[in-house]
Amino acid sequence: MERDLIIKIAYLIASVLFIVGIKMLGKTSTARRGNFISAVAMLIAILVTLLDRQVLSFTEIFVTILVGSVIGTVIAQRVEMTSMPEMVAIFNGFGGAASVLVATSEYWRMAHDAGYSMEMVVGVTIIISVIIGCVTLTGSLVAFGKLKGLINGRAIMFTGQHALNAILFLGALALSVLVVLEPNVELWMMGVLLISLLLGVLVVIPIGGADMPVVISLLNSYSGIAACATGFVLNNQVLIIAGALVGASGIILTQIMCKAMNRSLVNVLLGGFGQTSSGATAEGGEEIVVKEVGVEETAMLFDSASSVIIVPGYGMAVAQAQHIVRELSDMLERRGTSVKFAIHPVAGRMPGHMNVLLAEANVPYDKLIEMDQINDEFANTDIALIIGANDVVNPAARTNPGSPIYGMPVLNADKARTVIVCKRGMSAGYAGIENELFGYPNCLMLFGDAKSSMTKVVGELKELMPA
Amino acid sequence: MNAESLIVLLYVLVLASFVGFELISKVPPTLHTPLMSGSNAISGITIVGAIVAAGPEDMSVSKWLGIAALLLATLNVVGGYVVTDRMLQMFKKKKK
Repeated sequence: MERDLIIKIAYLIASVLFIVGIKMLGKTSTARRGNFISAVAMLIAILVTLLDRQVLSFTEIFVTILVGSVIGTVIAQRVEMTSMPEMVAIFNGFGGAASVLVATSEYWRMAHDAGYSMEMVVGVTIIISVIIGCVTLTGSLVAFGKLKGLINGRAIMFTGQHALNAILFLGALALSVLVVLEPNVELWMMGVLLISLLLGVLVVIPIGGADMPVVISLLNSYSGIAACATGFVLNNQVLIIAGALVGASGIILTQIMCKAMNRSLVNVLLGGFGQTSSGATAEGGEEIVVKEVGVEETAMLFDSASSVIIVPGYGMAVAQAQHIVRELSDMLERRGTSVKFAIHPVAGRMPGHMNVLLAEANVPYDKLIEMDQINDEFANTDIALIIGANDVVNPAARTNPGSPIYGMPVLNADKARTVIVCKRGMSAGYAGIENELFGYPNCLMLFGDAKSSMTKVVGELKELMPA
Repeated sequence: MNAESLIVLLYVLVLASFVGFELISKVPPTLHTPLMSGSNAISGITIVGAIVAAGPEDMSVSKWLGIAALLLATLNVVGGYVVTDRMLQMFKKKKK
């Protein structure tokens, strides 16, 4: 009894530390310590669980933890910051898979006790854990594949898709009832597992690449909910509390992402965005006439500017141009030009991705300004430099009700006195939509690779303003 | 599990969710990626269940499932915390 009590108290301490850790994660100054505290909470939870009466053989446990820790550390140390979304996606999948495996293991143990009849509550929680965990696993794998380019990033749609999903879901529910009624027939459980795994694939394939930030956030939430359900299976409060925190976090981030794209969650999940829209833009008909600008002229414009706002997009990170952009910003600052970075909520491939990419390039975080705070400043700014971003500065979102992105909150970069767009070519953005900003009279196009263009601009500027 | 302990667990769930919503809606966008990878690591709390499932002495199917769960949960936990720490140490204020 005493041992059980120690375990329970330690779990309580761990739960409190998780909450404190997340609270501290919400402030830049304390975030790193917050993450550490949450890791300590996890360590406490792991250590006291080893005291559990059911844990009798330790060798396999230690070996497995050691192997997992080594692999996890190596992956975490090596991953590129541009690849963070993939990493979070695959780790979500692992979390979901772990929940399914624990629930299935518990089911297996119980079902093999002779004459066992499953309690309704236990059965239902096992099923919830299995279904959500499986969907998280395969859904995350598909998201990983799309982000990495292993699978075509476009939305994959076919007729009857939603009907098929509905039928499969009902099938999984029917089998679930059988699992509870006849827990010793493993076939039913296998059926639930298989159908849920298939469902995970089917719900993510119709979602286009541009919507991946929403999907990752949602899967993050699912991995928490799966842990939560496993907590009900094992009657363990720390799993429920930690799972609920993660579930809430994922849901909030999902809402923020949906709002930033002016889409409803249902609309994202039904999928197909980015395919249908290509037809809508063709109706515009008018060819956009753009004005090109060279690197020398760009440097001269920067030389005479007194305020600059840089709008970075994922294209900048792909071109690995963030370091040279930071150099440009430092250089302008040294001569008294005000430089700010305007960050759209969906810049990058996951919530807050752009902030991490710029932090990696040593841009101080207080220079990164959120959309709502900076949007009014564009009108008083000499130059808006748009680098690797496209849809998030498309004025059609404000002005053209016919545009597929109409209503989406965008950065008002077009209001700046001069807009310089650094871009590889005239191709459309990730959402597959033309950008009418490029045809505006105050807009100049600097064609070429972001990194080499910016390097040249910085070189020219050095000549214009020595020391 | 009796109805009473189920109700207790539901209380825990509901209250924890409220705490979660309160805390996380205040997190600024700058920290959204570390928040996500940090909470991702927390979702590896299933590791606790995995240890128990991998605990028995006899090599049953149930135990093997537990070991597999333990491996994935460890990856999730360790990788998640390490990468979050790596990101957060890059966040710097302007020096001066």
